[in-house]
Amino acid sequence: MTSHVPARPNEAERYYNYAYLDEQTKRMIRRAILKALAIPGYQVPFGSREMPVPYGWGTGGIQLTAAIIGPQDVYKCIDQGADDTTNAVSIRQFFAKIADVETTEDTGEATIIQTRHRIPEKPLKEGQVLIFQVPQPEPLRGLEARETETRAMHAYQEYGLQYVSLYENVSKYGRIAATAGYPVMIEERYLMSPSPIPKFDNPKMGGNEAILLFGAGREKRIYAVPPHTSVRSLDFEDYPFETQSWDETCALCGAEDSYLDEVILDDAGAKMFVCSDSHHCGERRDAGHVGDMAGHQLAALDKEPA
Amino acid sequence: MAYVSVKGGEKAITNAHRWLAEDRRGDAAVNELEVNQVREQLSLAVDRVMAEGSCYDRDLAALAVKQARGDLPEAVFLVRAYRTTLPRFGASEPVETEQMHVRRRISAAFKDIPGGQVLGPTFDYTHRLLDFTLAADGVEIPAALEAEAPQQHPMPTIASVFAHEDLLEADTRAESPQEPYDLTREPMAFPAGRDQRLQALARGDEGFLLSLAYSSQRGWGSTHPLCGEIRLGETAVEFVPDELGFAIEIGEITVTECQMLSGFSGSAERAPQYTRGYGLTFGHCERKAMSVAIVDRALRHREVGEQADAPVQDEEFVLYHSDNVEASGFVQHLKLPHYVDFQADLQLIRRLRKEHFERRAALKEAAE
Repeated sequence: MTSHVPARPNEAERYYNYAYLDEQTKRMIRRAILKALAIPGYQVPFGSREMPVPYGWGTGGIQLTAAIIGPQDVYKCIDQGADDTTNAVSIRQFFAKIADVETTEDTGEATIIQTRHRIPEKPLKEGQVLIFQVPQPEPLRGLEARETETRAMHAYQEYGLQYVSLYENVSKYGRIAATAGYPVMIEERYLMSPSPIPKFDNPKMGGNEAILLFGAGREKRIYAVPPHTSVRSLDFEDYPFETQSWDETCALCGAEDSYLDEVILDDAGAKMFVCSDSHHCGERRDAGHVGDMAGHQLAALDKEPA
Repeated sequence: MAYVSVKGGEKAITNAHRWLAEDRRGDAAVNELEVNQVREQLSLAVDRVMAEGSCYDRDLAALAVKQARGDLPEAVFLVRAYRTTLPRFGASEPVETEQMHVRRRISAAFKDIPGGQVLGPTFDYTHRLLDFTLAADGVEIPAALEAEAPQQHPMPTIASVFAHEDLLEADTRAESPQEPYDLTREPMAFPAGRDQRLQALARGDEGFLLSLAYSSQRGWGSTHPLCGEIRLGETAVEFVPDELGFAIEIGEITVTECQMLSGFSGSAERAPQYTRGYGLTFGHCERKAMSVAIVDRALRHREVGEQADAPVQDEEFVLYHSDNVEASGFVQHLKLPHYVDFQADLQLIRRLRKEHFERRAALKEAAE
């Protein structure tokens, strides 16, 4: 695996402040983070700044990272579970350049992991921070468009509407049809959006040893799940929460228990399934695990510098 | 057809950036556009970028227009991303538009008003015929004649016309004014004060606000507006530095100001009177200033006890969706990979389809 990129020496000439944001802004964001950690699952409004990437590209996650990163950190950035997706590459380069940090693809050795849409397969440890990019922080937004209303609903812990919506799913589809961004209850108090991760990843949130931070730049909200916090995916006694599973295994590493991407191979319907977590897959292959299509060009591409 | 993997992100990005730079330059046989040409000759594009970029700097805005290849929302974004890195010294003194050096000033409410009608540089009465002489080189432009009489200064505002009859709601001045809300430092909050609202509208997308104002005129939350006054010109900006304790002039900016008048039929407490909608933008942005004034007035429905059921009267709807940097980012982020979510969705749809066909088959069997 290509993984380690050592930190660059500190540059004498810099047009922007270390890690882009000015120190006042970083302090404002850190205060919001502390408040978020103190009230798990509560969305803290913050004075989100315009960033040099568009809203929707991870401006919230980038601001969180910029506020907490230091030269001693080791930074990993993934999108859809993979280190080599274009936006992950772009954000990783940004921090390598403006924060002089070492970057890595290795989940285990990173101190800060920024992610869009996935939680890595490898369990996180104490001392690590997982930063989620959040497009819509409000779990109730699909049910109630007004922010003034949804804030009141959280204040009064008035989540009946959410349960009715899940019940309507059951009556219409015979199951809870939410697949990604599946709503969770934090410490039995705040309803929270886990960001659009597949519900497959929901169980990884509860009791996690790492700090989970969520940043929504456009909507100007920060929220958090501190280590060892209870995270319950909503369900009913007779319709318990369940995660996705596949009949297939990873074609490259043979993994049976990882989240799989479907890769279209031709226009005749041929396809293969591969681990969405590219580092997890590479590590397994390095350890000698092989899947049905081991040696496929897709595996070779992982070795290219991302 | 073989599957082409979307990997090797770094190479792809580098090459895409090079290609973009080539496309921006266009045919190398044609002279490269200079930033000062943009600043001087595409000045209304520059004005729009300054207004929506919330940054008064003609050179930076011109550079942004050039870099964005004329895509104005993209140029606005470039200016915003630069602006956000600048330190904030504080808030200026309120700008006195009465003291403006007026280049254009018209009122649709009266045939003549104190200070007079000054048509100024406007497209309003041009015939929109393509001027092919502009495509030819070296055309001489005859100079505009200067007025014989000097202009009145200070230039009274439309409010002065109504002053002695109390027909128009008066400007109220706060005794100890608070520093205005700053959306570049604080998130949107509701209910929004008028300062917050006017800032959001001043930064808002011209197209969105124009359409909202238009919807209001067509009956979706009508305010029956009348253009009390539009003025364009240069006005001084003053600032009180802490170390001095008195106001000093720190520069001059071009602004467009619009005051829309709307009738108010009165209530038990308040006599019938004209109310105002207000719009102010950096640069020469008349379409925008007028739209802002109409939308501002529509959003004041609570103050005058109007029924509010149209989009233009809905504060959350208008203020949350008027920013084109936010809107453009979120709409376009759908280009980013979503295959993890899509895979989750695909699984569900496949299962639902399977169950659907099983049910159909069972029904058919039962019928037979």
